[in-house]
Amino acid sequence: MDDFFKIFSLSLLSQTIRISIPYILAALGATVSELGGVVNIGLEGLILIGAFFSVIGNYYTNNPWLGLLFGVFGGVVFAWLHAYVSIKFRANQIISGIALNIMAVGVTKFFLKFIFHSSSNSSRISGITPINTPLSKIPLIGDIVSSPLIIITIVLIFAVYYTVYKTSFGLRLRSVGENPEAADTLGINVYKIRYIGVLVSGALAALGGVWLAYDQHQFTDGMSGGRGYIALAAMIFGKWDPLLATIASLLFGFAEAIQIQLQTMGINIPVQFIQMIPYALTIIVLALSLSKSQSPSADGIPYEKE
Amino acid sequence: MKLPLWLKEFFIQVSITLLSILISFIVGAVFIVIAGANPIEVYLKLFEGIFLNPYGLAQMIFKATPLIIAGLSIALGFRAGLFNIGSEGQIIVGGFLCAYVGFTFTNLNSFVLIPLCLIAAFVGGAIWAGIPAILRVKTGAHEVITTIMMNFIAMALTNYFITYHFHLPETVHTQSISSSAFLGRLDHFITAFKGSPANMSFVIAILLCVICWWVISKTPYGYETRAVGFNPNAAKTAGININRNLFTTFLISGGLSGLASINFIMGYKHYFEEGFSQGVGFMAIAVALVGQNNPFGIIFSALLFGALSHGTLVINALVPKDIIQILEALVIFFVISSNIFAKKYLSRIRD
Repeated sequence: MDDFFKIFSLSLLSQTIRISIPYILAALGATVSELGGVVNIGLEGLILIGAFFSVIGNYYTNNPWLGLLFGVFGGVVFAWLHAYVSIKFRANQIISGIALNIMAVGVTKFFLKFIFHSSSNSSRISGITPINTPLSKIPLIGDIVSSPLIIITIVLIFAVYYTVYKTSFGLRLRSVGENPEAADTLGINVYKIRYIGVLVSGALAALGGVWLAYDQHQFTDGMSGGRGYIALAAMIFGKWDPLLATIASLLFGFAEAIQIQLQTMGINIPVQFIQMIPYALTIIVLALSLSKSQSPSADGIPYEKE
Repeated sequence: MKLPLWLKEFFIQVSITLLSILISFIVGAVFIVIAGANPIEVYLKLFEGIFLNPYGLAQMIFKATPLIIAGLSIALGFRAGLFNIGSEGQIIVGGFLCAYVGFTFTNLNSFVLIPLCLIAAFVGGAIWAGIPAILRVKTGAHEVITTIMMNFIAMALTNYFITYHFHLPETVHTQSISSSAFLGRLDHFITAFKGSPANMSFVIAILLCVICWWVISKTPYGYETRAVGFNPNAAKTAGININRNLFTTFLISGGLSGLASINFIMGYKHYFEEGFSQGVGFMAIAVALVGQNNPFGIIFSALLFGALSHGTLVINALVPKDIIQILEALVIFFVISSNIFAKKYLSRIRD
């Protein structure tokens, strides 16, 4: 019983948050893109691109904030590729997403060798150092309030929620994802809104990648490690709602944190079963048809103007 | 002389695809220049290393083999309007079951064990496709999402079995399958292929293409499948049981993906190892796409992607080998973007 309580220590909370940040950011991005009607399974690649570009930016400028901007910029550029192909050429969005993932792996490895002369990792970079304020000494939330990226993430969660549900842009975004024909009749530029949705998803997923790279102070080959797909699962589990997707991301992160905690305590349950949790839960949710009606009606269907 | 319409359509389709591939190589050249190499030199080396020596050709065949089989799997799904992204997971589970049968029933002779292993690979893939298939038919859960999730569950599950139950000490793979289950290497017959693990799986892959072509174009099931994929509502009105057709097609698609594992398990390393599938299930989507979901088109596009895949070793000295992955992605982007033009031209000549 003692062991049971030891699991729920403070480090479990900060561990959960650290693991969840990239899930949250990418899941928010996926939500925005799909609410607008464009499926984006290229999240995995966008995370990788964000991580890589931020490391390059930080490496060359020695300024982590410029690095962050460069990472987000990279995500937007690659998301634009997906948007261009799937909106302008009405190509299959799933295949385009897969191509984006392949492209991201290729581009990052290619330039990793070219810039850092290594096939596995970049040089060390500074990352963003925690800001020490008197608040940092508070247990439980001290770690959180002193990490700028965590604060930014929290702000973004609410910003995305507010934009989607409380602004006219959000209304337009949801309408082009639900019924693009009707939205078009009302004079909404379907293509433009969808572009914005995809580009925002690129920026958010890339920011998730920035977090990963800065957390480890370097870029390592394939460091996205399937997180883009977990984010996709979180989006579905969260019924295409930014706040629920955030909660789903935290839940998945929590499961992983518990597994790590158990391992450090010497209790070895096969890690593979923990790894399955997000995927199995998502399938179960889909099987129970819980989110059948929640997916935007025109999600994944290219729009052709009459 | 007036060409028949189907031939014209074929030429247009093929030339647009070839043009897209050409453009991909031109864009890829930009990356090569950035890396400080000469694109012409790199592409010549690529051509020479693959097409001008027998070993390169054999390697192309070896790499193309699983892509042909998995490409058929994806294409069959597409024909029925199914998007099976779970090929990767189905390959893994099929391969695991194939290896399991191969190293368990070691007292059987080749005439029994080889078919048994093939069936195991097929059944493994079909089981793994079965879950998304049931969900699709019973609850309408979209197969794109469920199959993506099944891929990861397959990886974790087989990883668990290898780590905790089946690995040989000091290794990360299973024991070897019985030598009665080995598929012979092509260099037994063609000495010029010496050194390449290209094997009889290639012959099986070609046979599967012929069978798939026959089933799709000549049987009632094939007709139903095409009808369901072309227009589900019309198919329903015509009295076709859509759900039954989708379910069957999904299982066969999964089974074919499972069979894509034999190139590695029965023809090359003879054991199951984590990550042996190397993303074949995803690349197969590109193969089906470039091959226009046609069994014979798939052979050519699999050979193209197989050639590129072997090309990584050929050009590594000149430019980081990852340029190949960039090229592959570019080919996919340009081919899917070109479909819109193909459609436009095709509808113009039909009028």
